Amino acid sequence: MKKHRILNTRAPRIDAADKVTGKAVYTDDLRRPCMLHAAILHSPLAHARILNIDTSRARSLPGVIDVVTSQEAGIRPYGVSPARHDETIFCHDKVRYVGDEIAAVAAVDLDTALEAVSLIKVDFEELPIILDGLTAMNDGQPQLHEIYKNNICAEVHWQFGDVEKGRRESSIIRTDRMISKMQDAAFMEPQSVLAETDARGHLTMWSSTQAPHYVQRTLAMALDLPLHKVRVIKPAVGGGFGPKASCSTAELVTCLLALRTGQPVKLTFDREQVFLHSRARHQFFHTMTTGVRNDGTLAFLEHNCILDGGAYASFGIATVYYSGSLLGGPYRLKNMNYDGYRVVTNKPACGAQRGHGAVIARALFEVQLDRLAEELGMDPIELRLKNVMEAGETTCNELYVSSFGMREALEAVRDSAAWKKKRARDGQIRRDGKGIGAACGFFVSGAGYPIYRSRTYHCTVVTKLDEVGGGVTVSSGAADIGQGSDTVLAMITAEELGLNLEDVRVQSGDSSLSVDLGAYSSRTTLMTGHACREAAQDVKQQILEAISGCLGVPPETLDLKDNRLISLAGEIDFSALREEYLKEHKGFASLPETAHLTFAEAGRIAFLERGTIVGTGKYKPPPLGGSFKGATVGTSPAYGCSAQIAEVSVDLQTGEITVQNITGAHDCGYAINVTQVEGQMQGSMMMGMGEALMEQIIYDSEGRIVNANLAEYKIPTALDMPHLRTIIVESNEPAGPYGAKEVGEGAIMPVIPALMNAIYDATGVRIEELPLTPERLVAALKAGRHQKSSI
Amino acid sequence: MKKLISLTVNGIKHELAVEPRRTLLEVLREDLGLTGTKKGCGIGDCGACTVLLEGVATFSCLTLAIQADGCSIETVEGLAEGGRLNRLQQEFVNHGAVQCGFCTPGMLMTATELLRRNKHPDEKEIRRAISGNLCRCTGYQKIVEAIQAAGEKET
Repeated sequence: MKKHRILNTRAPRIDAADKVTGKAVYTDDLRRPCMLHAAILHSPLAHARILNIDTSRARSLPGVIDVVTSQEAGIRPYGVSPARHDETIFCHDKVRYVGDEIAAVAAVDLDTALEAVSLIKVDFEELPIILDGLTAMNDGQPQLHEIYKNNICAEVHWQFGDVEKGRRESSIIRTDRMISKMQDAAFMEPQSVLAETDARGHLTMWSSTQAPHYVQRTLAMALDLPLHKVRVIKPAVGGGFGPKASCSTAELVTCLLALRTGQPVKLTFDREQVFLHSRARHQFFHTMTTGVRNDGTLAFLEHNCILDGGAYASFGIATVYYSGSLLGGPYRLKNMNYDGYRVVTNKPACGAQRGHGAVIARALFEVQLDRLAEELGMDPIELRLKNVMEAGETTCNELYVSSFGMREALEAVRDSAAWKKKRARDGQIRRDGKGIGAACGFFVSGAGYPIYRSRTYHCTVVTKLDEVGGGVTVSSGAADIGQGSDTVLAMITAEELGLNLEDVRVQSGDSSLSVDLGAYSSRTTLMTGHACREAAQDVKQQILEAISGCLGVPPETLDLKDNRLISLAGEIDFSALREEYLKEHKGFASLPETAHLTFAEAGRIAFLERGTIVGTGKYKPPPLGGSFKGATVGTSPAYGCSAQIAEVSVDLQTGEITVQNITGAHDCGYAINVTQVEGQMQGSMMMGMGEALMEQIIYDSEGRIVNANLAEYKIPTALDMPHLRTIIVESNEPAGPYGAKEVGEGAIMPVIPALMNAIYDATGVRIEELPLTPERLVAALKAGRHQKSSI
Repeated sequence: MKKLISLTVNGIKHELAVEPRRTLLEVLREDLGLTGTKKGCGIGDCGACTVLLEGVATFSCLTLAIQADGCSIETVEGLAEGGRLNRLQQEFVNHGAVQCGFCTPGMLMTATELLRRNKHPDEKEIRRAISGNLCRCTGYQKIVEAIQAAGEKET
């Protein structure tokens, strides 16, 4: 029998109808009376000392209301990570990348604001630049920040188990490298901000953010405002994927101008500014040495990584830790060393992006597994199955997996994609232009600790019973950025209260409603889901207690189901309650006449008995992880895992790659909304495929992005994408609400290596540099023909 | 200097005085308050601003408002019929073809044009038709399925 009435269904998103009619309101759709428009002056140079800023001509332009630089904004440092506050609202001593923010203007319209920006004169003294992350640490390189000696923003040195012992036990050891490129998130909605103050000094900001709570804190800190007087509201958001989790300059500048002018101020990035502001995927330079025993058992991993993080830290401290920690799973790996360095360069700052820090590390490790399998003469899926972890195990870096459908996921894609039929045996490859490849992945289901050091609850939810009866309103600071978290909260609430989905309203994404750390680290379903469930149960208990008092029966004999009150102890006489309700609603149409007390009646009577009924819920994870330095990054109450198989065909003359299909299986614990789980898997496949095959930010020698637009920065179109097959694995996570855990990011993990392994199967050549463009493939094929062998 | 133009948007005629350099997208969003049509790039790369101009799917960010003088324009706000979602909209909802929703209005307008000239498009025809509309959330799978389902129900 089905466990739930609403959960585990394909209920349509609660915001879908608004989104298909154009009614959904995004930040740039908002307008306020007397609204000003803001524009930002970005640095045209990648590295230069600011000698003088002359704003006089801008200030005297008619229609200009305010011009601000670091002089007006102050130089209070802020940042994502408390250990690395390396940004100020405006550059004051020097600029560090093309796009760095120098000044801003508020004017009566956007044209005037833009014209004023062009009238600001800045005198620079140009400084030598460093664009190459690989050599940024070398002695003698230009230095970006005084606090980052040799441009090292963060470094990690971990030793787990005994790598030397693993090396001695290995029969095959190989070292491989991979270089990726900075990837843009390319969400469809450019960042947009609208800020205003009231006469009492309260600041309200509407913004396309993923993390209202963190942004509220950063605004209060950088602008020196009391936290409770800063309210951040997230309207509908057109995708985030990570970069919208950090407080942006657009947010700070707009609020500053609103505070100074006393008028509402709006600023919307154009597409080039989205690329310039970035905070997207780092560039990774990975080197891994992995050993296996004769039977395919993994013996050790020695991993070195340099991350090019651009000019500022942003989320990058977490990134460099994630790059190492998430290789602890999904395989039994007892011995692992990791040395990671995040360096700064004169490029836009990188931050968190879907699969935070772990995507390219995963790609190289999964490629290595295939190469080791080939040397062992083993089927690559067999090699993986031999090593996968099971529920109840702990990784060498002390990550505990309480549920784990890795084996089931891998077997599901193997069987669904007819792997055994299509893949040649004994690790041999085809080289005939057709290829098939597999890979796995592993990801957190919510970060175990907040970004700032605190024992704060990670989320709270307040659910209020409608005092007129009939429905409930769920209030949460959680951020639905398109992934569908509002729908998940509505479904959980409807399930618990026996309500219809349409009778649950969700108001969310507002820092004044509750603390919620936001949409990052695939945390919302598990964490806010817990709090939401608790709040709904609290409301239910209060309703049942109130009604039980009226009826003179114990509350435990009552329940709310199918939009009505039911008795578990035989018939009850509720005629007095019905009569009272009918009397109150004289003249109303559609009055209840059923044999049961409706939810509307029960809710109204409960209010008459008790007054306001509010349920509250909260969640924070238990203490997690080890005690070594950086042990918190990678901890999570639960871990998702996934497997994918990609099939490709490659034109061996032109290098053109066509992805025929991708089959993915993801263990999400329990699918609260089946359609949405599939949607996250499919979206992940697309984003991973883009990073594997076409996406790369390209810089010229002066540090300028040459493809800061969606024509030359290529993301997959409907014609590039193949048919995507999705299989949901449900392992019933003990730490998750109803057994649920993540899907939003874990599903991106296997995409790149599955494609790389398939392309190798098709061509016989390995490429160490992403993206796998036809040019790189043709060059490698030519080189490969000379060498006769790619190994 | 402003120019007087007339636009018939979703069946309603508007007389407007507009600067000749302003785009149809700006006039729809700012002057007429029809914010359903989205600006994702402003330079014709993403398709979020797609509207139907005399029935033809058109990037409103690349069209000057004065070029549309005297024309009939359809936007996402005009799709619902009598307050009810039309078939295509309903299939988008049912199939989970909407995530963040920012590409949705443009995607719907492109699909509307497709279904008018080809009532029962196959998967390949659908993918070709929407290849100028970028979506970063869905991998296109459910969008393709929704359009195909809407086509299958066409008589």
